[in-house]
Amino acid sequence: MTGEVALAVLLLGPLLAALGCLLAGRQGSTVALLALIAGAAAVVVLWDGMLRTGPIEVRLGGWGAPLGIVLRADGLAVGFLAAAVVVMGAVWAVARHDFATPRARDVFWPSSMLLWGALNAIMVSRDLFNLYVGLELLTLTAVAMVALGRGPGAIEAALRYVLYALMGSLVYLLGVVLVYHGHGTLDLDRIAAGRSGADALALGLMTAGLAIKTALFPFHAWLPPAHAGAPSPASALLSALVPKAGFVMLVRLWFEAMPDATPPAALAVMAALGAGAILHGGLMALRQERLKQILAYSTVAQLGYLFVMFPLVGGAGAGTAGAAEAWAGTQIGAFSHALAKAAVFLCAALWIRAIGSDRLADLAGLARAMPLSCFAFGMAAVSLMGLPPSGGFIAKYLVMRASFELGLPGWGLVLAAGGLLAAAYFYRPLAALFAREPPRVQRTPRLLEAVPLALALAAAALGVLSQPAYDLLQAGAPAYARGIGP
Amino acid sequence: MTVLFDLVLCALMLLAALAAIGGRGLFRATVFFVAYGITVALAWVRLGAIDVALAEAAIGAGLTGLLLLGAVARLRRAGAPEFPVRAGLVPALAAAGVAGATGWVALRVPGAGGLWTEAGEALPLSGVENPVTAVLLNFRAWDTLLESIVLLAALLAVWALAREEEWEAPVGPPLHARPGGVLEGMARLLPPVGIVVGVFLVWAGASQPGGAFQGGTVLAAVGLIAALAGLVALPRPDSGSWRTALAAGPAVFLLVGASGLALGGLLLFPPDWAKAMILTVEVFLTLSIAATLALLVLGPPQPRRMP
Repeated sequence: MTGEVALAVLLLGPLLAALGCLLAGRQGSTVALLALIAGAAAVVVLWDGMLRTGPIEVRLGGWGAPLGIVLRADGLAVGFLAAAVVVMGAVWAVARHDFATPRARDVFWPSSMLLWGALNAIMVSRDLFNLYVGLELLTLTAVAMVALGRGPGAIEAALRYVLYALMGSLVYLLGVVLVYHGHGTLDLDRIAAGRSGADALALGLMTAGLAIKTALFPFHAWLPPAHAGAPSPASALLSALVPKAGFVMLVRLWFEAMPDATPPAALAVMAALGAGAILHGGLMALRQERLKQILAYSTVAQLGYLFVMFPLVGGAGAGTAGAAEAWAGTQIGAFSHALAKAAVFLCAALWIRAIGSDRLADLAGLARAMPLSCFAFGMAAVSLMGLPPSGGFIAKYLVMRASFELGLPGWGLVLAAGGLLAAAYFYRPLAALFAREPPRVQRTPRLLEAVPLALALAAAALGVLSQPAYDLLQAGAPAYARGIGP
Repeated sequence: MTVLFDLVLCALMLLAALAAIGGRGLFRATVFFVAYGITVALAWVRLGAIDVALAEAAIGAGLTGLLLLGAVARLRRAGAPEFPVRAGLVPALAAAGVAGATGWVALRVPGAGGLWTEAGEALPLSGVENPVTAVLLNFRAWDTLLESIVLLAALLAVWALAREEEWEAPVGPPLHARPGGVLEGMARLLPPVGIVVGVFLVWAGASQPGGAFQGGTVLAAVGLIAALAGLVALPRPDSGSWRTALAAGPAVFLLVGASGLALGGLLLFPPDWAKAMILTVEVFLTLSIAATLALLVLGPPQPRRMP
């Protein structure tokens, strides 16, 4: 029952808060803060309860599958719920200063709460259609945030985002229809228990739809303009959290609902797309002149890392220690990317406030005026490059080790190449920041600079605290990734 | 005879769809899109899904058509060049491929059957007699709750399109109906009828096809006609009473859902109280859906320029 209350706080709380923000107007940020505090407490309760009694399951309305919707907070879900509340909290602290005008304030606070609620709903849902509704809510709030950006460029980016996302939704929904046709249920566990001739096509369609939503290469064209064009605190939410929802859905489909419908070749294709994302995103990031565009292309590349897991967890290595390492490494990578990418976008937010630009040339010498946030940027960049000590390092280390253990070293080498590219594209903003030139800046409160620093330190701490994260991720993990010999 | 009707309906549906993307300009595309929506609604009737047919006709053809017509008119006012609405070869082939594969699999793979038996058994406990309403507001209430909030998210996205200095302006384009003209006459005549139909659709939803979404759409249409004729003043996006109307439905739904925790579970409707709880939710949801849809169609706030 405690778990159910905690889940209610995390699911209904943000939605109620969004309505509260809509009505509160000027006091919107206060309402959001209350919801965030309650949400953080609920995450702690869920985490603790899950480690003691295993994944927490709720049958909404008491119905249960197949008629009703089942929710389950497993390790994967609780990890993302925790990452989401931490990132939301940090964004809150910066956004409170950034969104001061009536329009920005009135749109941002309800949208950000809805975005958080939709993310939470997706992480714990076990129902294909419910996941679809959650994803729609998530996408629309994300689009609203992109449209909040200034100028016609932002509106164009938002429109492109909507068109891509709708395409993805429709294709995903077509797959869901086929699943319902073949299985007569939408519940992930019930789908896993049966088999249907429609599975391959359904999985293919749902994967294509979700790949668009997750901006998996080559469906990523909408992401860089959207994430670079949105107001920076919103970019932090969009880049750190939103694409992970589609990723979690893909993981649930491939490894929990339809593990039998995924031939090795298909697993390799997913990883190959991931590799394409790593190389393309990295090379494009090298060529950008504006910080936020570098960060957006970096997100394209970092999302690619997550898909290298597919042939390592599935396929021949399923159920071995290597698969469990790849699973944990990938999810830890997703968490640390969330923390570190939010940190660098919040740095961008502070710098744009201070100097009115995110061109690399204009950032020159900023480290003297704003040392704290520049240090935070450096720390976060270390995690994003995958250097120790950081969550990004542990993530890459675990996945690379798995690839060598399982005799698939090629995927490990792709990760190494991605790390080199990240080092190269982060070198340019870092070199600018620490250049010996006096910048002209408006004063920024030190306390605000501490916000991205806290996130960057959290990303680094994930590298030290990888064992609790690993234990968390083993709770309710699919048989593939449980790390027990076959 | 019915086979013939179905064949003609299918042919009309395809023709309307082809005409809509056939490259004869935006206005024609919009008109055929509305025609397509009506044929699809008829198809839902033939499939026995009256609730879906109502929603498709009201939202798919009606409100969406209105939105598209508004967009066409705006483009013309702005002097935008007419651009071709034509499907490219690659997307057309891809769409045909997906449709073909889906159709082939759907015909070849035996269906598992829906959940008719389960829904039928649970229906007496749901508090309503219409199985569609039971699914929407009880068995899968969480979906519907999120859907009602999706509308609000869409409205926020539309409002985000306004410029900062436009936030003080009323929503929607400047409207000028001729006093005493046809539109104004219609706008005085239709609302009483529309309100009765809208309320009936919500009330009937418990036992027959209908419900908050359909009823809300009718009420939104009534409000829009009155607004187009200049009979009601358009609100500003920061209007407190309108925001209350937007939030009331989802808020009541959320609170009723949370109260389930005290009754044994999240979103739980005990059979004895289910009908009262569901009707309460539906009444407020109808209000919010009507307000949200009307504001969505009107669009972001726009400054009124003096002529």
